Amino acid sequence: MTTQAPRFWRSIPQRYNLSGTHCTRCNEYFFPPRNLCPNCRRGAHLEEYTFGGTGTVVTFTTIYNATEEFERLTPYNLAIIQLDEGPKITGQIVSSLTVPKIGMRVRPVFRILGKEGDRGIIYYGTKFAPLIEPENKEEKK
Amino acid sequence: MRSVSIIGVGCTKFGERWDVSLRDMIAEAGVMAIEDAEIVGEQIDALFVGNMSGGRFIEQEHIGALSADCAGLSRLHIPSTRVEAACASGGLALRQAVMAVASGYSDIVIAAGVEKMTDVSSGTAADALAAAADREWECFFGATFPALYAMMAKLHMRRYGTTHDQMAAVAVKNHHHACMNPIAQYHMEITVEDVNKSPMVADPLHVLDCSPISDGAAAVVLAPTEIAKKLSESPIRIIGSGQASDTLALHDRRDLTTLDATVHAARSAFAQAGIEPRKVDVAEVHDCFTVAEILAIEDLGFVEKGLGGKATEDGLTALGGDIPINTSGGLKACGHPVGATGIKKAYEIALQLRGEAGKRQVDEAEIGLAHNVGGSGGTALVHIFTR
Repeated sequence: MTTQAPRFWRSIPQRYNLSGTHCTRCNEYFFPPRNLCPNCRRGAHLEEYTFGGTGTVVTFTTIYNATEEFERLTPYNLAIIQLDEGPKITGQIVSSLTVPKIGMRVRPVFRILGKEGDRGIIYYGTKFAPLIEPENKEEKK
Repeated sequence: MRSVSIIGVGCTKFGERWDVSLRDMIAEAGVMAIEDAEIVGEQIDALFVGNMSGGRFIEQEHIGALSADCAGLSRLHIPSTRVEAACASGGLALRQAVMAVASGYSDIVIAAGVEKMTDVSSGTAADALAAAADREWECFFGATFPALYAMMAKLHMRRYGTTHDQMAAVAVKNHHHACMNPIAQYHMEITVEDVNKSPMVADPLHVLDCSPISDGAAAVVLAPTEIAKKLSESPIRIIGSGQASDTLALHDRRDLTTLDATVHAARSAFAQAGIEPRKVDVAEVHDCFTVAEILAIEDLGFVEKGLGGKATEDGLTALGGDIPINTSGGLKACGHPVGATGIKKAYEIALQLRGEAGKRQVDEAEIGLAHNVGGSGGTALVHIFTR
């Protein structure tokens, strides 16, 4: 992947803090932020919204064969996660001890996502880890 | 709107074609189609060429002009347009050509597709293909194409009880069909066990669940049906053309086990054709991964949602079954030069409807369908043909 510094710099708020948008007219939440709401289009009232980051695994896979930059991580788990506010996002599930499950609850963790060689910039961002809900102390099945 | 027909088809051998270039292949397929149509260059009004990533695969853009040049048409100054919609580039080129003829703007139009993928390393090719996904919000986090389809597969298994053996049955069938297709990349029978034992790429998809990296080109010649009847003894009418789009990223879709773009493209193509899915005798669907064929036969309306795996396992989609799917061998075994794939599907359906498909001929095929998907479902095209 060809990524230059400005391209990453532009999306730091989204990648570091899961900053997205909320349309107060239709009450739908979007991640990443959208310039136009697909429901209300130009009639939308969009405001910035920072997601809590907790969510539920909708589906997942374990990747054994990756592109060059991710090869060192294989095998790694990738999932589509539905955030509690509604939008779905793609992200890695970290944790060598837990095998992901559909329906598993997750929380965000701040991690290195990649680097441009030994002297290039380092990309940080959000991955997800299993969430132990305080009320039942057990992983949701 | 004028009725449009195919009057000539051509397709190169698909595979690892280290001995030929993109230029050689587009010229070969184009000349075959022109000779099959028995027309001359002066009669051609326009060219549309599907090509996903000449820039990444051979560091060459401007494939429209290049194709006309390679086909020996430069001195006729025929307008030539390169069309891109990732793996649906060929299908989209066909639709652009159909619209040019149907509108009355052009009479004789060539729709072609070409991709030369093996001049670069497999890593570079995989990265070029990943550009069809959402680079910023999928690939950035480590998503690969097999991973996206694997996540659809995982959810389909969970919801509908689809098994990996049922997915493997798609690969087994398509390899069997490819053995009867002279242009196919693989002439090799495989078993469900072979698929299961092949290395895992992205759980539950193994290497033999994935389509290969390929070189190839295909072309078809279109004409208004009125003119086609005079030029050809066996014109193939295009009675439906549908196109739809959806979110670029898989995670933004309404349902992760349905390609809504396919559903919508099919709906408009079937409405235009005035027929029901059960009337289709033979179909080429987009099997970039085995699970993609299962999703396709459901989303096109050939089987009920959730029953695609079982239908495949029961042989309904094999040659001799209720609805033979991917008689060419599909992307899985005929090969998948991404820009050419959409045109190759039309080529295969034209051969089937003309009764020229040899050992893989579907008896008395009257209505055929070609389905082409870009990326994980951001674009879909459906064309319906009859003789």
